[in-house]
Amino acid sequence: MIDIKVKSEALRPEECIALTASEQAGGTALFIGTVRNQTAGKAVVRLEFESYEPMAVSEMRKIAEAVQEKWAAEKVCIHHRVGSLSIGDIAVIISVATPHRKAAFEACQYAIDTLKETVPIWKKEIFTDGEVWVAAHP
Amino acid sequence: MMKIHILAFGIAKDILGNSQAVLEVSEGTTIAGLKDILTATYPDFSRLRSLRIALNEEYQDDSRVLVAEDEVVIIPPVSGG
Repeated sequence: MIDIKVKSEALRPEECIALTASEQAGGTALFIGTVRNQTAGKAVVRLEFESYEPMAVSEMRKIAEAVQEKWAAEKVCIHHRVGSLSIGDIAVIISVATPHRKAAFEACQYAIDTLKETVPIWKKEIFTDGEVWVAAHP
Repeated sequence: MMKIHILAFGIAKDILGNSQAVLEVSEGTTIAGLKDILTATYPDFSRLRSLRIALNEEYQDDSRVLVAEDEVVIIPPVSGG
């Protein structure tokens, strides 16, 4: 089971945990990415996320399929939020259920690392005195 | 010449000054050729950490030849998560 969502409403960890619940799983790893209050000591007011949605969904699905194949994960859930987010809001949730715990941790790590490299989603940090697209420049 | 439709997101939208554009390019233009045209027209593209192009919701190699009516999506460095 793979569940992928890109949405502008608040993300719910309990929904992702429930979606990946499985009697075959000995462990579920859950990663929650949240909006931090500062970047390099500069206060962040909010973040704005945008996506190229159809491709974001297909790239997230590729990640989930790789996770299923490589770590024997029965269920994988990846939800990403877009729009305007405040400090502390959840930007991404990844939940992976596997037969053994080591695989769950590894799969979850792979999923978030790969998401940050391949999924067409962009965030802009809004400061009190300006704004910047994150990681756009070397 | 042929027309291609371009969609831009993130900082690419700011550089292009619009979320979409129509560009006329020569027949046989590759993704690499398109990147050259883009960076020549909008030098700020060359300052980005990376510049990728997607067609049909897939990343494409530089050697892929564009065809008329392709919907080209400019993918600047991603920063999800």
